[in-house]
Amino acid sequence: MLRIRLCEEAFVEPILAGEVHCPCHLYSGEEAVAVGVCAALTDRDYVFGNHRSHGHYLAKGGSMQEMVAEVFCRETGCSRGRGGSMHLIAPDVGMLGSAPIVAGTISLALGAALSSTIRRDGRVAVTFFGDGATGEGVLYECMSFAALKKLPIIFVCENNYYATHMPIRECRVEREIHEIARPFGIESRQIDGNDVLAVYDAGLHAVEKCRSGNGPVFIECLTYRYRGHVGPDDNVQGSHTDIRPREEIDLWREKDPIKRFEGYLSDQRIMTQEDLKMARAEVTREVTDAHDFARRSPLPRAEELEKYVFA
Amino acid sequence: MSSHRKLSYSLAINEALHQMMAEDPSVFLIGQGVKSPWYVGDTAQGLLERFGTDRVIDTPVSENAMTGAAVGAALTGMRPVVVHPRVDFMFYAFDPIINEAANWYYMNGGKLPAPVVFWGIINRGGEQAAQHSQSLHGMFAQVPGLKVVMPATPYDAKGLMIAAIREPNPVVFIDDRWLYKLEEPVPEEIYEVEIGKGNVLRPGTDVTVVASSFMVQESLKASEMLVKEGINIEVIDLRTVKPLDENLILASVQKTGRLVVVDGGWRTCGLSAEVSALVSERAFGALKVPVVRITLPDCPAPASATLEKAYYRTSVDIIRAVKGII
Repeated sequence: MLRIRLCEEAFVEPILAGEVHCPCHLYSGEEAVAVGVCAALTDRDYVFGNHRSHGHYLAKGGSMQEMVAEVFCRETGCSRGRGGSMHLIAPDVGMLGSAPIVAGTISLALGAALSSTIRRDGRVAVTFFGDGATGEGVLYECMSFAALKKLPIIFVCENNYYATHMPIRECRVEREIHEIARPFGIESRQIDGNDVLAVYDAGLHAVEKCRSGNGPVFIECLTYRYRGHVGPDDNVQGSHTDIRPREEIDLWREKDPIKRFEGYLSDQRIMTQEDLKMARAEVTREVTDAHDFARRSPLPRAEELEKYVFA
Repeated sequence: MSSHRKLSYSLAINEALHQMMAEDPSVFLIGQGVKSPWYVGDTAQGLLERFGTDRVIDTPVSENAMTGAAVGAALTGMRPVVVHPRVDFMFYAFDPIINEAANWYYMNGGKLPAPVVFWGIINRGGEQAAQHSQSLHGMFAQVPGLKVVMPATPYDAKGLMIAAIREPNPVVFIDDRWLYKLEEPVPEEIYEVEIGKGNVLRPGTDVTVVASSFMVQESLKASEMLVKEGINIEVIDLRTVKPLDENLILASVQKTGRLVVVDGGWRTCGLSAEVSALVSERAFGALKVPVVRITLPDCPAPASATLEKAYYRTSVDIIRAVKGII
C-alpha cells in the first residue's frame, strides 16, 4: 500500500510541472482494495483494470519502473509509451491490461474466466471497476453470463462515491451497490474497502469459491480517493472544480488504509515504529529510482509510430 | 476425388470450423444461436455434438458482453470465433471490437495480441427493413488494428475463415446469406486464403470492375452478359476489404484505364470511396474516364419489396455502368 501511495503522490509534482502530460487518475486512498484482492491471487490469475489502475498494476506485481516510465510516455514503459497512465499491462504476472472506457474491461475479465473454465486450469479473473460503471449495461450482461456458467470471476466494485464529478446520490436511486448482484444469484457483500485485512479476507474467500467452481463473487469495497477524478486536483468545494466538501475528505483521511494497517502492525508488535520508518525510506528510494529511470529513458521514436498496429 | 468435391458456401464455413476446432483446442465458437440453424444456417452443424458445450457456446442476447468475453479469452491465449447472426446487432459490440480488440495490441506497446474472429452474417432482403439488412464492413475497415475479410465464393469462405482463425490480430469476417447456397469445388484439406490478397476472377481488358462479397457474383453475371456483346471486363474480387490489395487494383486499372467499383455498402465514406480514392491518388494518369461507383444509396434498407428492388444493386446496374464508360 505504501508503495502505491508514495508512487502516486510522487506524480503530483511532475504533473504540476508539466513534465507528465497524460491523464493520471491517482489511486491515493484506495490502496487497500487493490492490495487486499491481489494478495489473494497468484501470478497465474488474471486482473483487468480501468482508468485508475496504477494500484492494480503495482499490487499485481507489475514493475514500478516500467509503470512510471509509461506515465512519462517513454519507450521503456510497460506499454512502450503507446498507452500512458490508462493502459498498464504486465502479462507475465497476470495484469492483462487496463482501459478507460467505463466498464469496458469487465467483459474482458469475463472472457478470461471463460478461458479458465474451458481449459480447466483453475485460474481466477478479477475485474476492478468503479461505482460509475454500475451505470453501464454491460456489467449486468456480464454478471448474468458469469452466473449462468458459474465462471471464476470476481467483480470488485471500488465504490469511491463519485463518478468523475457526480456524487453517487445523483447517479443511483439505490445506493447499496452490492445488491445489484443478488438478482443474478451471485454471492455478494459490501466491505470496508479501507481495511486491507477485511479486503484480503473477502478476496481469499472469493478466490476459494471461484477455484472450486462456485463463482462468480461480487465484492463492493467502500473507499475514497483523496485526489479528484483526474490529476492532483482534490476537487474541493470552493476551488474551480468545486465538488467535495473539505470535511468529507478530512473524514476519510481519518480512515486512511495505510495509517490503519500501520496501527495494526504496531499494535500486534509485527513492526516497530523504526521498522515502519525504514520501510518508508526504502519505498521512497524505490520511487525515486523509478522516476530517475523514467527520466533517463528514451522517448518512442517517430519512425516507429505505426509499429504495433498489427501483431 | 477430393479436388472435385463440391461444397456450398455455408458448408465450406462449417468445414473450416470443424477442422480448426479439431486442429487447435484453443479454438471455440461463441454467440447467439450457434446451435440453431434459424440463426446461423448450417454453418455450425455438427459442432456442438462433436466439441461439446464448452467450446460451442450458445449465449443469451448480450452482444456487448459476449463479444467482450471473446476478446478477453483471446487475450488469455484462446482463439475464439464470436458469431453475430445479423451484422446489425454488432453495433452493441462496437466497444469490445473497436475500443478494446482493435486497440489492445497497439495501446499496450505490442505486449498482448487479440487473436479473435468477429464473424458477422449479412442477412438482408425479404422485406426485413433497416435493422435486419445492414453491412458494416466500411465502418470496420476504417478502424486501425482490424482486418476485414468478405469471401465471395465457397473456396474463399473456407480459406479465409481458416486464415482468420490463425491470424494473430482481430479479424472481422463478414459473409452473406445470399451466398450460402452457392456451390463449387472446395478442397477437403485445410488451406488458407491469404488475408490482404485479392483475386482476378475474370481477366479482361476493357473495364476493371472491383467488387466484394455478394456483389462479386453480380459482377460475374454482368461479365457473362457483356462478353456476348464483345465487352471484356476484368472482375476483381477483393476478398479482403482491409488491408486492400492495392497493387492488384492499380495494375488492372493501368491495363484497362476504366474503373467501376461495386459495393454492397453505403456510398459515403465507404469501401467504394476508398478504392476510388486509391486509384485517383496512384493511377490517375491511367484513367481514361472518371471512376464510376455502384453502391447502396445513402438510405436505410426499406421493407417493401418494391422499394427493396430499387435499393439493392444487381448485374443490370453493373452492365449499365460499364456500357456508360466505353
